[in-house]
Amino acid sequence: MRATVERATLPAAEAPRLGRMRAWRRDPWRKPRILSAVTWGYVAWSILPLSVAVLISFNQGRSNASLQGLGLNWWWGDPDLSLFRDPELHAALFQSLRLSVTTMLIAVPMGVAFALGLDRWRGRGSGTANFVMLLSFVMPEIVLGVAMFLVVAHLATFIDLGTPAQVVGLVTYQLSYPVIIVRARLLSIDKEYEEAAMDLGAPPRSAVRRVLLPLLYPAIFASFAIVFADTIDDFVTVRYLSGPATSEPLSVKIYNFSRSSPTPAVNAAATFLLVTTTLVVVIGYLAYRYSSRGERRDDVARFAAQI
Amino acid sequence: MSTLPPEKAVLAPRRSRRSERRATAVDSGVHYPRWFWPSFATPGILWLILFFLLPLYTVLSVAFGTVDPIFRSPLPVYQPWWWTTSHVAEGLGKATGLFRHVYARTFVYVFIASAICLVIGYAVAYYVARHAGRRKTLLLVLLISPFWISYLMRMLAWVNLLQQDGYVNRILTFLHVVPEPVGWLEGRPITVILGLVYGYIPYMILPLYGFLDRIEPNLLEAGRDLGGSPRSTFLRVTLPLSRPAILAGLVIVSLPMFGDYFTNTMLSGSPSTTMIGNLIDDSISSTGQGPEAAVLILILMIMLLIPIWYYLRSTARAAEAR
Repeated sequence: MRATVERATLPAAEAPRLGRMRAWRRDPWRKPRILSAVTWGYVAWSILPLSVAVLISFNQGRSNASLQGLGLNWWWGDPDLSLFRDPELHAALFQSLRLSVTTMLIAVPMGVAFALGLDRWRGRGSGTANFVMLLSFVMPEIVLGVAMFLVVAHLATFIDLGTPAQVVGLVTYQLSYPVIIVRARLLSIDKEYEEAAMDLGAPPRSAVRRVLLPLLYPAIFASFAIVFADTIDDFVTVRYLSGPATSEPLSVKIYNFSRSSPTPAVNAAATFLLVTTTLVVVIGYLAYRYSSRGERRDDVARFAAQI
Repeated sequence: MSTLPPEKAVLAPRRSRRSERRATAVDSGVHYPRWFWPSFATPGILWLILFFLLPLYTVLSVAFGTVDPIFRSPLPVYQPWWWTTSHVAEGLGKATGLFRHVYARTFVYVFIASAICLVIGYAVAYYVARHAGRRKTLLLVLLISPFWISYLMRMLAWVNLLQQDGYVNRILTFLHVVPEPVGWLEGRPITVILGLVYGYIPYMILPLYGFLDRIEPNLLEAGRDLGGSPRSTFLRVTLPLSRPAILAGLVIVSLPMFGDYFTNTMLSGSPSTTMIGNLIDDSISSTGQGPEAAVLILILMIMLLIPIWYYLRSTARAAEAR
């Protein structure tokens, strides 16, 4: 239905007689053709460079501009400079995982509770809190990173630069994601379920825990996946708040190496991040699908809307 | 709504009356104690006060503060009545003097990049929402993928491709488009602008798609039934309807572009393409320039006040409309 609404400049009777190519030649500006060319062109433009970058991580030679045979040299082969054997990159890899897991475990529960509070609490403070939350969502990251750095350097000197400061900064930056995702989901949940539970004698706390929370699982899984993927890629906040070189995660190393001494190991590091985040998002998506089973099937589009 | 199965349509009025009654019961606090919901929000509120609002205030205190005369480290002043304006005056002086070109350049780059994002993004979002058909899911996955692929990796990919001996130059010289390899990464505005577009266009496409996908087909059919051509239906129905989504998309892509420094460092690294973000990054990384960084942040925030205000207001309106 929808697809046909704005289409068709050719008379209906004439259209089938022309081959697709001839129709296109006759009227190349017919809407879907040009739009589809733009769309697929855009998709190619967005995917191809990444594929080349992934391929270069398997480069046998030292160049990061052209392939000189394929191999695992920069992943594992080279004893000093490969991703899994260079002690610096190796440490950075674990720092990345540590930071994202910690941030996720703090930001998501706090964000879910925050969303519930903001959604149901009708007091005067609620609007202000919502405003500040959205402000933290749209603030450019450099503002947040520099501001956190100044606080840690001058005011809250008990927070060490390095992992503690990084986690605090990341949680602040990520807190708004679960709040926004969960609130979007809360809009579609009827209050009747928890009210039924309370009519049947459940105290408020268990009505939330046993009725409302399970209904929010899809949003919570989506939040976990998004916060994790976003944190492991983050480098603006993390870079300003890192202390000694050992506290720099993979993303910061990639940034530092990309112009100074770029070997394919940098590509391997980036590819590792790519694979990790893809895995996490796929797991998040499966959990999302499982926990929202029985609802309207339009999965990817709705998962996309969560982001 | 007309697609509701008959039994649901019959049930609907009864259900809404019941939920109305319940809603008043909840609002009068029969079920939940007054402190119940605020207590959920408390950790988040405290966190934002301590680690979001306080840092922003610290930026002010450093910007209006003084500098240690010996170590050149900033001495923040937290009491507004002792603030000095020397750093701010100096920063504003530089904004209209030494760094004038940097500010102008940032605006030009962000303007061009956002415009390109809008044109390409609108076309892509429109196609996926209306004409993608069976391939819609595939296209959506491809469109969301940049969200979980690291920004760094996406820039790194272009660093690989745009090297002197990279594939872009090889293709161009092979096709005789250019006589010899071009130094794309040596401070060319076009590289930086395309980098910005490449980096932020996904943030434009998704909100536009979400909006275009929700436009009622009835409205378009009405336009066609009243004799509009496809073009005029688009120009007089779809486009005016999508104006809020376009503005929101422009705000969403331009805000991070204004604070961007890494696209520039990775794809150019030359002073000839420096943006405001680079000034901030340079000054925070060197000692003795803490107040300068704080002042730059302050100027950036004041510049972004209008788009941020617009975004917050339109979000609030959308929430009320629900």
